[in-house]
Amino acid sequence: MIRAADLAELLTGHTGADRVVPPTGYTARLTVFTSAAMAFLAVFALALSLATDRLASRWSEALARTATVRISAPAGQEDEQVAAALDVLRTTPGVAEARPLTDAERRELLEPWFGPELPLDRLRVPALIEVVETADGVDAAGLRARLAGEAPGALFDDHTQWRRPLVRAAGRLRTLGLFSLFLISAATAAMITLAAQAALAANARVIATLRLVGALDTFIARAFVRRFTVRALTGALAGTLLGMAAVAALPRADAAGGFLTGLGFAGAQWLLPLLVPPVVALVAFGATRLAAFRQLRETT
Amino acid sequence: MRTVETRSHLGQNGRHIHRDGPSVIEFENVAYSYGNDALLADVSLRLAPGSFHFLTGPSGAGKSTLLKLCYMELMPTRGRLSVFGRDVSGMGRDDIAHSRRRIGVVHQECQFLDHLPLTENLSLPLTVAGRDPSGEAQNLQELLGWVGLKARAGARPPELSGGERQRAALARAVIMDPELILADEPTGNVDWEMSLRLLQLLVELNRLGKTVLIATHDLNFIRAAKSQVPTRVLRISNRSLQLAGADL
Repeated sequence: MIRAADLAELLTGHTGADRVVPPTGYTARLTVFTSAAMAFLAVFALALSLATDRLASRWSEALARTATVRISAPAGQEDEQVAAALDVLRTTPGVAEARPLTDAERRELLEPWFGPELPLDRLRVPALIEVVETADGVDAAGLRARLAGEAPGALFDDHTQWRRPLVRAAGRLRTLGLFSLFLISAATAAMITLAAQAALAANARVIATLRLVGALDTFIARAFVRRFTVRALTGALAGTLLGMAAVAALPRADAAGGFLTGLGFAGAQWLLPLLVPPVVALVAFGATRLAAFRQLRETT
Repeated sequence: MRTVETRSHLGQNGRHIHRDGPSVIEFENVAYSYGNDALLADVSLRLAPGSFHFLTGPSGAGKSTLLKLCYMELMPTRGRLSVFGRDVSGMGRDDIAHSRRRIGVVHQECQFLDHLPLTENLSLPLTVAGRDPSGEAQNLQELLGWVGLKARAGARPPELSGGERQRAALARAVIMDPELILADEPTGNVDWEMSLRLLQLLVELNRLGKTVLIATHDLNFIRAAKSQVPTRVLRISNRSLQLAGADL
């Protein structure tokens, strides 16, 4: 159990307890390095988690409010069926806007697969109508029935089929990001515990001397806990700042296309990584305290 | 089993320094075993306040074990041990730590913190007890003078000679004004002249009313002490305790 008094003393320090443990050792460097590396990774996991959250929302919102009507009609009937489908759409509740895509827009859609300068006039490419729905949405089944009657070659696609897996994938990515944060915290705790145990074992003689002169376990533990907490905090601060700089330096993906979003933080989200160092320090505090008391119980 | 008991007596200056009263240490049929090895069996002993005892016996007889039981580094596997009137079996770790502040221990190997200067090592019992050593600076200087280490105040333990380390250990043992001084082979690493100096210091402490128990196999040291202060000599033999004296 972490008490407020322990944390207060952690911040104010205790000269006597601080000095009784030899100041150097490889565990010091190990703790600083581990904390820095873990904080760096935590910033990236946090950025991934937040980015996928944005991605899921954006995909969900963008796809939920757009639909397409594809018209595959025999030659000579296409324009007639497009006009009929547009008439149906304009009188359908929940449709905010409906407009046929121009040849240039259709060419742009196919460009990733067939390259530029596609001869649309020589290919049988279906006509496409872009439908923007209102917030209430359309009755897809009713619209399909009306289209079947007025324009038999028209097929209404509300993107549900491929929207759901995309949103689900984004949601899973976000969960994965959060799980990574948990794993990073657990790994930090484990590595700091190992470093603390190594330090306690290396200082067994110091501990025996302190016990001999009447030191309480809390006094001895405090010397190690404070040292490891401060080291973890220092390392985590450095790792976090480095991680934030690296995230800021990532190329912005917004320009790549409407669905993509950059891996990074937006607005006030930049404050979230600043929580990483205190969390790492808390993890170090708990882990070292637990390790110290466990080891001290084995000392007479 | 007969209990080896100590009594009060008058000091050299006629002052009643060995008081009757509750025992500082009391062993009642105490046994200590490590695994299947019985190191002490059926030991009964009472140390009266202000008494001066030697504990002798061959190497491996259990002298150090008995001392460790006194400062609770080891716990009896059988019998009852009381320290300052409290049964150690009912003591928690914090109780043991608090009791140790009333005991000054001098080891043959002198446990110090090698990274700290002598003054900080001497004031370590004050530090762990939460007292500010800077408030005890005068006391510390007097203590350094008493053990003849004023000039070595800034030295670190590895820079000290064997005799200096023993005297430093004694100074650290008494800085908390303990009621009981336990010394385990204090003359093991020092020459005869230094042994006599240490003895002098221990005798002075005893005259101040401290109870002293010294484990040693150095019979000359015991003889020198007997000429200065009334002492009882206890011998550990066959894992049990007997009063000795006639042969010393």
